[in-house]
Amino acid sequence: MTQMVRERLIKIENLWFAYKSEDYVLKGISLILDNRPTAIVGQNGAGKTTFVKLLKALLRPTKGDIWIFGQNTKETTAARLAKTVGLVFQNPSDQIFKSRVLDEVMFGPLNVFRDKHKAYENSLKALEIVGLSKKKEEHPYDLTLSERKLLCLASVLAMEPEVIILDEPTIAQDKYSTKVIAEIIYQLASSGKLIIAITHDMDFVLENFSRTIVFTDGVVILDGETEKVLSDDNTLEKAHLEVPWLIKLSQRIGVSYDAVKNLGI
Amino acid sequence: MDNVVREIRKNEKIVVQNLSYRYPLSNNKAIEDINFSVCAGESVGIIGRNGSGKSTLCLALTGLVPLFFGGKRSGRVLVDGTDVLEIPKEKLVRKIGLVLQNPFSQISGAKMTVFDEVAFGLENLGVEREEMLERVEKVLRRLDLWSKRDQNPFELSGGQLQRLAIASVLALEPEILVLDEPTSQLDPQGTTEVFEVLSELKRTGITIILVEHKFEKLVEHVDKVIFLHEGKVIGIGTPEEIFSMREIDEYSVGEPIYTSVCKKLNARKPNGKYPVHFEEAIEVLKGALKSHDTNG
Repeated sequence: MTQMVRERLIKIENLWFAYKSEDYVLKGISLILDNRPTAIVGQNGAGKTTFVKLLKALLRPTKGDIWIFGQNTKETTAARLAKTVGLVFQNPSDQIFKSRVLDEVMFGPLNVFRDKHKAYENSLKALEIVGLSKKKEEHPYDLTLSERKLLCLASVLAMEPEVIILDEPTIAQDKYSTKVIAEIIYQLASSGKLIIAITHDMDFVLENFSRTIVFTDGVVILDGETEKVLSDDNTLEKAHLEVPWLIKLSQRIGVSYDAVKNLGI
Repeated sequence: MDNVVREIRKNEKIVVQNLSYRYPLSNNKAIEDINFSVCAGESVGIIGRNGSGKSTLCLALTGLVPLFFGGKRSGRVLVDGTDVLEIPKEKLVRKIGLVLQNPFSQISGAKMTVFDEVAFGLENLGVEREEMLERVEKVLRRLDLWSKRDQNPFELSGGQLQRLAIASVLALEPEILVLDEPTSQLDPQGTTEVFEVLSELKRTGITIILVEHKFEKLVEHVDKVIFLHEGKVIGIGTPEEIFSMREIDEYSVGEPIYTSVCKKLNARKPNGKYPVHFEEAIEVLKGALKSHDTNG
């Protein structure tokens, strides 16, 4: 285990999970997640959100184990893991409960660092990163859905977790905000954070994640380098997914995806 | 403002005239001086950056702005020639249905099963039991939720919940359907299925107003597009006309991803517009690459 602490890995071993007895949502998942930005894709109901809730210790494995940097999630709590694992929920209403944007962002770091000054500084910085500095005095529910999602991301960033999990980060985002999120992911990954995202936006995955894992009906059916995974139309079809537009385009015009990508789309 | 009201033309299902709206406690207008009309059976897309007024416009079309949200509305929203604020509610919900952006906000929370949730609106309208059962089954099957009919709505995944929100509105069989990003939580296949349902509805003559960031899908399903920025209409036209406007780039609105490739290469159609449909884009790009090879 000591070795794993140094290795900064998430190790998942034969993970099974059921909300109701014997009705398994996840069926024997074994994975090692490293510092490659990783996308988890799959049809609605494939078990993706359940999987990341298990990584955050919000749920306990029915069978199997998860080690976060050597720490077994069965032996800790979500609160204790807060400094290590940050989860940005799919639905902001599941996360937001304060009545001022700044207070919402400060809640996490105040509890994690027990240092008001650091919590304040981190929160201002996080709001600046997501482009919400001007809204810090507003009520979270006066923000648009898109802004509330960015607020939730800021709340997690302010805790400086080593692992950042984003559940459907591009929902309700326009193309501009999607680029802002892509840039944040890039910066975080470059600074050594482990980034894991669930998304249905195949072109977003193609452009921003080096590894892609495909879930179907609670099992992993494909795991590998993103461009390769997202070119496998048979597997994607099985998982109710589609080949990204830019790969379809490069195949049809007979130009490599890299050449298309280099146009700086 | 009302003195510029014009005659309603035959076949105009929705007419929006000089519409402005300010939310309570807000100093700025969320939408300002909006004018457009939609004919019966037409499909119209609304695009624009976040905060451009798309969702507010959807709420105004259904009267929820200002009836539910308060605030100050000026101008008019006419449906079949009558202002939505003057149409009795039980009549209005049969005329115009709204699918909200966030399905978690749409589900009533008062019903314990998916089936009952869809039946909820029909119960309130006093629809006959037999017809109600028939309609609920029809929409649940159409949106692939029949097998989930006995589950609690809050046990569903995000995508399933979004399909349930759509189903509960479709069950009311409105003449006009307003959808605010109806596929945001859906996987690609679920998205395709919802768009197939929309195509089918369009064929039956329903008028559709659709806010959607998945532009590649949007362009395939709308006759025209309304482009909003900071609450004002910047352009109304065919998808090709709108996505070729320079303001699309100026305001970073985005376009179908293959249209972006065409823009980078300045690959246009013979009419000078950028292609917005995939097959057209392929053809234009192949031509551009060929002429590049010949010249280069």
